[in-house]
Amino acid sequence: MSRHPSDARRNPPSFRGRGQTDHAAPRRERMLRVLLPIAVLALGVVVWEVVVRHFDIPPYVLPAPGLVFSTLVADWSVLSASLVVTLTTTLEAFVLAVVGGVALAVLFNQSRLIEYSLYPYAVILQVTPIVAIAPLLLIYLEQQAAVLACAWIVAFFPVLANTTLGLNSVDHNLVDLFRLYGATRWQVLRELKLPAALPYILGGLKIAGGLSLIGAVVAEIAAGSAGAGSGLAYRIAESGYRLNIPRMFAALLLLSVAGIVIYFALSLVSHLMLRRWHESAVMREV
Amino acid sequence: MPSFPSGSPVVALSDVGKTFASGVVALDRLSLDVWPGEFVSLLGPSGCGKSTALRLIAGLSEPSSGKIEWAQAEADTDGGRRLGFVFQEPTLMPWATVAANVRLPLKLAGAAATAAPRVAAALERVGLEKFADSYPRELSGGMKMRASIARALVTEPNLLLMDEPFAALDEITRFRLNNDLLALWEFLQKTVVFVTHSVFESVYLSQRVVVMTPRPGRIFTELAIDAPYPRDERFRTSADYAGYCRQVSEALAGAMIAGERP
Repeated sequence: MSRHPSDARRNPPSFRGRGQTDHAAPRRERMLRVLLPIAVLALGVVVWEVVVRHFDIPPYVLPAPGLVFSTLVADWSVLSASLVVTLTTTLEAFVLAVVGGVALAVLFNQSRLIEYSLYPYAVILQVTPIVAIAPLLLIYLEQQAAVLACAWIVAFFPVLANTTLGLNSVDHNLVDLFRLYGATRWQVLRELKLPAALPYILGGLKIAGGLSLIGAVVAEIAAGSAGAGSGLAYRIAESGYRLNIPRMFAALLLLSVAGIVIYFALSLVSHLMLRRWHESAVMREV
Repeated sequence: MPSFPSGSPVVALSDVGKTFASGVVALDRLSLDVWPGEFVSLLGPSGCGKSTALRLIAGLSEPSSGKIEWAQAEADTDGGRRLGFVFQEPTLMPWATVAANVRLPLKLAGAAATAAPRVAAALERVGLEKFADSYPRELSGGMKMRASIARALVTEPNLLLMDEPFAALDEITRFRLNNDLLALWEFLQKTVVFVTHSVFESVYLSQRVVVMTPRPGRIFTELAIDAPYPRDERFRTSADYAGYCRQVSEALAGAMIAGERP
């Protein structure tokens, strides 16, 4: 039976499986896991507000949380439009990263020659800092395309690396079994390798989701200094020039929330797809 | 009760050798005839090449020398052979239900459309009909192995190859599966080649025990176990059984000494 301990480590079970709810202790543990971070957040916000008021810190140095929130509401039309722009780039980059990463990994898996020829360049693309590549892409490509290309470069590699690992981690006996029954290459890929790689692919997706957002923001910042952007990162840069610090914080808050939502959405997808069979998603009775 | 020898062998290995790329000689001039309907065990210590022999018969590996000949009826037109293979581990796909795992050989052969009744029949034969929709991780070790046997049986092969299938199970489960396997064999009239390192298991199950020497793998001797079937717990505790076990143990001890000689 193939297990993936490294994967189990990488994906802590943030969503719990069935069979645990009717015990008092795990339920309390679960409550604590949700309530404690919220309590810390609330405490932080209160301390922040008190410090700002007590020392009478001007809003262009550090705005109070209340002001950040009211700015968020007041500037919602501008900020929400920017949020949509950034999220669109993120989503497009993510989809392209998943499609490209998985397709490339499958191609590498099917042909060793292609893998040997191209894999080093995938690594080079990954290890070269994206901030350094972005200005170059902005010269060669249209701005929107350049931003998308940046986000894609950052996000596709974890999908490629994880999928490659997953496709190569198939139980050897199962490979023999498929050979014994005369399975075609296509059947081996579809019925055996891709399902076996699924936990790894989903692990890659979780990383790629966050990185798509990071890539989009980095590219927008680079593009923003060149002029005509309108995403959230551009708003942050623009607010910085205008010393509109509350709006900067509001935009930052939106980016954070977007990142958290992406992470939890992908964790949920991963959990739903693996809960029936994979060790990482199965809660054990102790 | 199946009897042997009758007619020509299902599969005949003559002077088969297998040397791995590392230079390790796994098998050296192995000759073995497998007769229709018989239950034969390959017994030997680990590293004696018994699993290699099984893989050669299955076509999962090619012999370095010698030849493997099949009875005419077994050689399919497309070169594929009607055989089932049970690995040491259950080797089930963890993402698929028990029924989907058992269906796999039919699906790969493009016969998925007519698979349902055959899958149901195979599951019933091993007593897993209630667990068709369970996932492998929800089953015990013994039940996983039953699912694996059901999968091997679903194509209705004439030859069943089993590679230490019960080695990882506890003794109680192993005894039960031994009994169930014998019942299946008597009912289905299949030919079984069973690899094991357990003297007691080989005597209990087989009509014929082939004892192999380690490094390189060679046949040392073979013993007929003439006790009648059906065999059950009475046989397991009988003086006959103990006598056969002693004979086979002595043969195995001889094989070990023969294998250590240069």
